[in-house]
Amino acid sequence: MATALQPPQVNVNEEPEAHRGKGSGGGFRGPAPDGGNLRATKDPAGEPARTGIWVGLAAIAMTFAALTSALYVREGASTDWQHIVLPPILFFNTLALIASSVALEVARRRVSAFMRGKDPSRSAATFWLNATMVLGVVFVVGQYMAWLKLRSLGLYLPTNPNSSFFYVFTGVHAVHVLGGLGGLTRVVAKFRGMGSPLRKSTLDATSYYWHFMGLLWIYLLGVLWIKL
Amino acid sequence: MSEAQAHVAHHGPPTTFIRKHIFSLDHKVIGKQYYGLALVAVVTGMVLSWLMRVHLVWPNSPIPGLGLLSKVGAPGGVMTPEYYLSLMTMHGTLMVFFVLTNAPFAAFGNYFLPIQIGAEDMAFPRFNMMSFWTTFVAFIILISAFFVGDGPPLSGWTAYAPLSAVGADSGPGEGLGQTLWGLSIFVFCIASLLGSLNFIATTLDLRTKGMTLARMPIVSWAWFITSCISLLAFAVLLPACLLLILDRVAGTSFFIPSGLNVSDHLQPHQGGSPLLWQHLFWFFGHPEVYIAILPAIGIVSHILICNMRKPMLSHKIVIYCMMGIGFLSYMVWGHHMFLSGMNPFSAMVFSFPTLLITIPATIMTLIWLGSLYGSNLRINSASLFCLGFISMFVSGGVSGFFLAQPSIDIYLHATYFVVGHFHMVMGVAAIMGVFAGTYFWFPKMTGRMMNETLGKWHFYLTLIGTYAIFMPFHYLGLAGNVRRYSAFTDDFLVPLIPVHKFITIAALFTGAVQLIFIFNLIYSNWKGKEAPANPWECTSLEWSTPSSPPPFDNFGGQHVVVYHDPHQYGVKSSTGDYLMQTSPERAGETP
Amino acid sequence: MGGKVFAVLVILIALASAVPIISHTFLGATVAPPDDISTHGAEIDKQMDETMIEAGLSFLAAQLVLGFFVWQFGGRQNGPLKNFPGGAKYLVLAAVLLVGAEAIALGAMGSKAWAKVYFQPASVDALPIQVQAGQFAFYFRYAGPDGKFGELHPDKINEGNANYFGLDPENDIPARDDIQSGELVVPVNKEIHLMMHAKDVGHSFYVRELRIQQDFVPGLDLSLHFTATKVGKYEIVCTQLCGLGHYNMKAYLNVMSQPDYEAWLKSQSNT
Repeated sequence: MATALQPPQVNVNEEPEAHRGKGSGGGFRGPAPDGGNLRATKDPAGEPARTGIWVGLAAIAMTFAALTSALYVREGASTDWQHIVLPPILFFNTLALIASSVALEVARRRVSAFMRGKDPSRSAATFWLNATMVLGVVFVVGQYMAWLKLRSLGLYLPTNPNSSFFYVFTGVHAVHVLGGLGGLTRVVAKFRGMGSPLRKSTLDATSYYWHFMGLLWIYLLGVLWIKL
Repeated sequence: MSEAQAHVAHHGPPTTFIRKHIFSLDHKVIGKQYYGLALVAVVTGMVLSWLMRVHLVWPNSPIPGLGLLSKVGAPGGVMTPEYYLSLMTMHGTLMVFFVLTNAPFAAFGNYFLPIQIGAEDMAFPRFNMMSFWTTFVAFIILISAFFVGDGPPLSGWTAYAPLSAVGADSGPGEGLGQTLWGLSIFVFCIASLLGSLNFIATTLDLRTKGMTLARMPIVSWAWFITSCISLLAFAVLLPACLLLILDRVAGTSFFIPSGLNVSDHLQPHQGGSPLLWQHLFWFFGHPEVYIAILPAIGIVSHILICNMRKPMLSHKIVIYCMMGIGFLSYMVWGHHMFLSGMNPFSAMVFSFPTLLITIPATIMTLIWLGSLYGSNLRINSASLFCLGFISMFVSGGVSGFFLAQPSIDIYLHATYFVVGHFHMVMGVAAIMGVFAGTYFWFPKMTGRMMNETLGKWHFYLTLIGTYAIFMPFHYLGLAGNVRRYSAFTDDFLVPLIPVHKFITIAALFTGAVQLIFIFNLIYSNWKGKEAPANPWECTSLEWSTPSSPPPFDNFGGQHVVVYHDPHQYGVKSSTGDYLMQTSPERAGETP
Repeated sequence: MGGKVFAVLVILIALASAVPIISHTFLGATVAPPDDISTHGAEIDKQMDETMIEAGLSFLAAQLVLGFFVWQFGGRQNGPLKNFPGGAKYLVLAAVLLVGAEAIALGAMGSKAWAKVYFQPASVDALPIQVQAGQFAFYFRYAGPDGKFGELHPDKINEGNANYFGLDPENDIPARDDIQSGELVVPVNKEIHLMMHAKDVGHSFYVRELRIQQDFVPGLDLSLHFTATKVGKYEIVCTQLCGLGHYNMKAYLNVMSQPDYEAWLKSQSNT
């Protein structure tokens, strides 16, 4: 396990930027002498994590698109749409989530500095990664408190279509945020030496996912505010 | 930093039994697991169809053993009307999800996509393992519906609301079984999304040196396009199932309107829209049928090229057609809803792209036919099933031409015409693709050949049998025979019962014929003739692996370099009339 | 032998499949739509015939070509490889032009029939009849002499008391003379405005001879209109899966002459 604590060599972790997307041609990644051993020379699956996360985010976006259209159709289908007041804590939660994205970006730069040997200690990067997660937890707890607020007003899941969609939208989003927290936990663990070393693509993929959760939330908040 | 640690996503060879055969990260094992699951599902689905067909023509005769499966559903072995519908629902659900989405796509795709592009494994082996076991869990949840209180749901694989949404009030079969159905499909969606994610990332990122997208075999393209369609389609079915479950257990009203009096119980729900379910479901459901057929199109094209000893007239056009079909598939969902009560103007809007989809389908068919011309077509079980596929695809396709027109759909909607159409063009055709793939790839997967004589008998009898079953469905449809009926008691239906008897006998016959295949599969796996490395003299990468079955990392640590596209047939080379993709040789003159 | 068995088989299957289409019979049963008794059905039937010709010819041509090519080239060993004359280009062109033209032509033609049924509302002097679909029967309601329909109260539905629609004649005056019937009785050659209401789950209304079919959508009251041109009894069947009794859910459309209809109406009012 001793090797895990060394910052990995640059050429293993930096993927060649040239190959992206469809029709990239060749598809060959990283240096490899002809006739060389496949295991030794093949790029350690750096790219797929980034491609994979975009693909995954496309699916998540599609799910929320379906829910959005369900909302619009449901509203148009009948006359029982009843305006609900969004619990004010939602705006605080939004700030927390945005702050967590900012923290994550700072964290990424600290990780990068550590990886390149510019920063001898992990503590700055770890701090900002933890801050990201704490703010993420604050968001989820805050969402739960928003639910409690609605319940105190007598608005439960089946009460009216507006409340139904509120719980569904915020609930499905929160589940995905929890998934993101799981991903961040994994990143922190790897960074601190548990398991295989942290690869840049893993950190990138986890970050894209986390930022997407923030952007998605802003979109959902907009929909909730306009429609509900 | 050690080499082993550089490959986090790549894994060392498995050592324990569990890692080798159960929770395996190896895409080949996972592919076989999917195939095995699909096999169990198809046998179950087929038995269900026999039960249905027997009940339709001999409704009062007890069916031996059925009373044991369900005392409530078949007291004394005589099926109740609700149990018929439950069996029908499970038949459709098993076949569409667990067979047609699994076998040609998840099973063969998992096994062969990484090899065909020269990769060691899928991009995310752990996600891959998860996606199979999640599918397995979905299967168990679905099957458990047979054994709960009321029995399986009876609302069809389409589960229209409010029948599927109000709960037990809407009748027997709509209790816990329907909720389990919703849960099963919800879980299946997650599994499917994980799988598609893997296919896409693998295709885009893990191609070996020299394997440009243009040099991928048509079947890899088919798997890639299918996974793109699948990603967006299942992402819509997932929330739809969630909303359905919420309507059932949490009292929400997404799909249930106000004022419903169901079985004398006034439903508490308010304001929901049954059409919303249909829109969400069919927005998934139509791309789903292309998810079912595109991999088979790819498999058939791949096998035909090899057996014709000649490239396709234009493989690029076939690939563009597959993309075109994939794209158009998202615009036509309303053709399942012409008579649903949605705005009748939208029928015209949906009809147009539906008719347009005929064009890429026709182009592909003409290219297949045109490619046969002047070829040296080898006749074996695999190529025969490919030819059978073409025949079925045409037959099933032309009936779609009727249904695409709303005015004709007024008469044919919800009749056996529709049932004949989709069984032929999606069910039988895709299964023929799976059979073709099995006969073709069995030597690579097991190192043994399947028995050719048995294969040929299997083919000819299946071709005759499936036509005998499903062609008459169209005749029944023209007579207006309504579908999803558990018995034919209406004045105009009674005279059609002789046709149903013919179909039932054909179905039982064809089912029995499949025993030939099962026997061949099992026997050949054990005692089949040893297969040479490349028995079909095929150019693609799966035939250049050092062993059959391939070693755990597919190429035995060798660095695979690709020099050609997979269409180098009919060329002079040291190997004969073809050039492997991995051969650095250049093609001589065409003989 | 090569592909000869397949070739013969596929051609025989294709020809055998075509026979019942042309003869309209299979195993003694009539496998064709019944005679049309509607005013819009002729266009639909014409559409179906045209499509059958085009689809049928495409089907036969494709299967015959498939069989022929497999006969010629199946099992052929070391013959000279040839490309289809013209290559893929002409095939693509043929597919686009032929199929495209067919699709546009049929689409355009078909829209007329569709428009007749769906784009135009029922005419003002059509006879309004309400049909309610519920597990597992159709019930019909006529407005009665006052020409007005009473309100529906789902909570008041009581099959035991034959209050199928949930009417409240005590408090709702227009409901008092509403006529309920288990049969759809209509006068011949008179446009009917069918008002569709679903009581519980989804159902559908299908009369083959009238060439109409329309789903009931719970929560959405839909309209259908038709004119029956021939006296007689025709089956109305449910075509949307609604539960265990779906196969049995039916009623009769009873088309009567105008005097017979009036007599029937009078007899219903008197009971």
